Amino acid sequence: MNNIIAMPMMIPILVGILLIFFRHHIKLQRWSSLAAMIANIGITAYILHQIQQNGILRLDFGGWEPPFGILFVADSFSALLVLTTSIVAAICLVYAFSSTEKSYEQMFFYPFINFLVAGVNGSFLTGDLFNLYVCFEIMLLASYVLIAFGGRKGQLRESIKYVIINVVSSWFFLIAIAYTYGALGTLNFAHLSVRIAEQGQSPMLTVVSIVFLTVFALKAGLLLYFWLPGSYSVPPTAIAALFGALLTKVGIYAMFRVFTLLFYHEPHITHTIIGILAGLTLIIGSIGAVAYKDVRLIASYNVVIAVGFILVGLAVATPTAMEGSIFYLIHDMIVKALLFLLAGTMIAVTGETRIDYMSGLIRNYPLLGWIFFIVILALAGIPPLSGFIGKVLVGQGAVEAGAYILLALAFISSIFVLYSLMRVFLTSFWGETIISKEDKIPMKNGWIIPCIILAAGSFILGIGVEPLTVYVKDAAEVLANPQIYIDAVLYDN
Amino acid sequence: MKQVKPNDVMLQTFARMLIFIILAFSIYLLLAGHNSPGGGFIGGLMTASAILILYLAFDMKTIRKSIPIDFVKIIGIGLLFASLTGVVSMLFGFPYLTQFFDYFHIPLLGEVELTTALPFDLGVYFVVVGSALTIILTIAEDDN
Repeated sequence: MNNIIAMPMMIPILVGILLIFFRHHIKLQRWSSLAAMIANIGITAYILHQIQQNGILRLDFGGWEPPFGILFVADSFSALLVLTTSIVAAICLVYAFSSTEKSYEQMFFYPFINFLVAGVNGSFLTGDLFNLYVCFEIMLLASYVLIAFGGRKGQLRESIKYVIINVVSSWFFLIAIAYTYGALGTLNFAHLSVRIAEQGQSPMLTVVSIVFLTVFALKAGLLLYFWLPGSYSVPPTAIAALFGALLTKVGIYAMFRVFTLLFYHEPHITHTIIGILAGLTLIIGSIGAVAYKDVRLIASYNVVIAVGFILVGLAVATPTAMEGSIFYLIHDMIVKALLFLLAGTMIAVTGETRIDYMSGLIRNYPLLGWIFFIVILALAGIPPLSGFIGKVLVGQGAVEAGAYILLALAFISSIFVLYSLMRVFLTSFWGETIISKEDKIPMKNGWIIPCIILAAGSFILGIGVEPLTVYVKDAAEVLANPQIYIDAVLYDN
Repeated sequence: MKQVKPNDVMLQTFARMLIFIILAFSIYLLLAGHNSPGGGFIGGLMTASAILILYLAFDMKTIRKSIPIDFVKIIGIGLLFASLTGVVSMLFGFPYLTQFFDYFHIPLLGEVELTTALPFDLGVYFVVVGSALTIILTIAEDDN
């Protein structure tokens, strides 16, 4: 019995509920939300340490043993993601302190961020299919509110698209769960895995797995990403950064869980489809990233490219590639948050969204410019930074499995990432300065410090690969051998 | 044509009598949930509809004065009830959301089984009442 596993979901929920009563006390709202995230960082680091010593942890809610009750399961994969979520959320909160309007902050801004984080953490930790659905909904309902915050015209237009697409995909999710339950009679992940292995993955189950794939592809932006660039470019900066860093990653996590733990018996059907989708996503994301001149749209298409890249690792499905995907997933959460924060800061200081209307920013804001340069290097995968190891391992896995087309697409997409962001750097940071000394908007500490911390995080992640490898290897091992997960959930009492 | 001031005597008199029956039935549903159909959700919806009948029969200002409650806070209270019943079991070293129950002798009712599922259900009840009324009243006041 490990009540501590419920904490990463419980603390943000409790803080969010309590803050409903103090909507006009902005200071209290800010600091208690930040304290909740920092407490989560500590707790998750401790959980990660515990998993190394005692194996996978689980908590049966109400003492009902699996497969009868709902449970939370923390393996290294989910604990790593929860840890990264907490760090990113804490930093985005710090950015929100100095960038969010006061009238928003009084309209339950911080409670909704807390609920969003609780939903994300719950999705990572749950060991039950329907509970995953519920946590998805917690996260999505909070994100519906956050995307429409402020009620400007563009936000209302994009939030309608976002809500409709997500309601439809949640409905598909529910149907897929209903079919799974009808076919197998259980919803516990480990028990489902056992039953599928016993019966064999019949064509019916493969079809259900493809419905799941559609659902998670809609949530993660794998090929079905058409809602993503619009809805990620309208909300306030801190929220866009949280969305870009967290929301699609939950879909990716669910895909990894479902296709490594449950539906791994027919890889030549399911994993081939994932591979094709990932390849197409890389191509289309690359085209989108170079096609636009709006800095927020460029950042959004970079999210799409990263989704394709991470899922190349799942499509290849060798342990090395999985390891690479996990590294890249963690790296991408941190760096995408940074990219969105930088894009938002550029827009805040210039008042323009198009890159060709900004010029010579490096003279006014040198620190911002060089951090942007670091992000470019990190995303392109230049060695001392965090994107490198993930790309190398995914590439190695693809070579081992002989998936040369995916390999080529994955690495060519890196060039497109580099080109699209370099273009932003060259046109808006270099060149003639268009902001005169008098018009210069001073850079707030609250804007630049979160960016510095995230950039440092990217460095630390790149240099500290070796200590981190222990955890990532463990995570990849559980993904590669579902029996470890099943034993920990069903047979360990 | 002369504007005729509508007279809702029938509606208002019936509303006064009806809402006692509806409220009593909603509380019954809330408490009966453990052993027969009912529970926090349906009980909460029915309480909300009872209060809604008052809003339909009288004008907004009168009811706001006689029920001076901020329904957003009711949602918060309900969420607190539900989540704290889970946390309390944690404090005593049981898994999160463990249910406790015992038999008590209560005068008039006799032997009664009381469980911690009741505060949880009460939380659901408050959240449903609060959110249903918040939605309806926010839309009703939308034009000004």
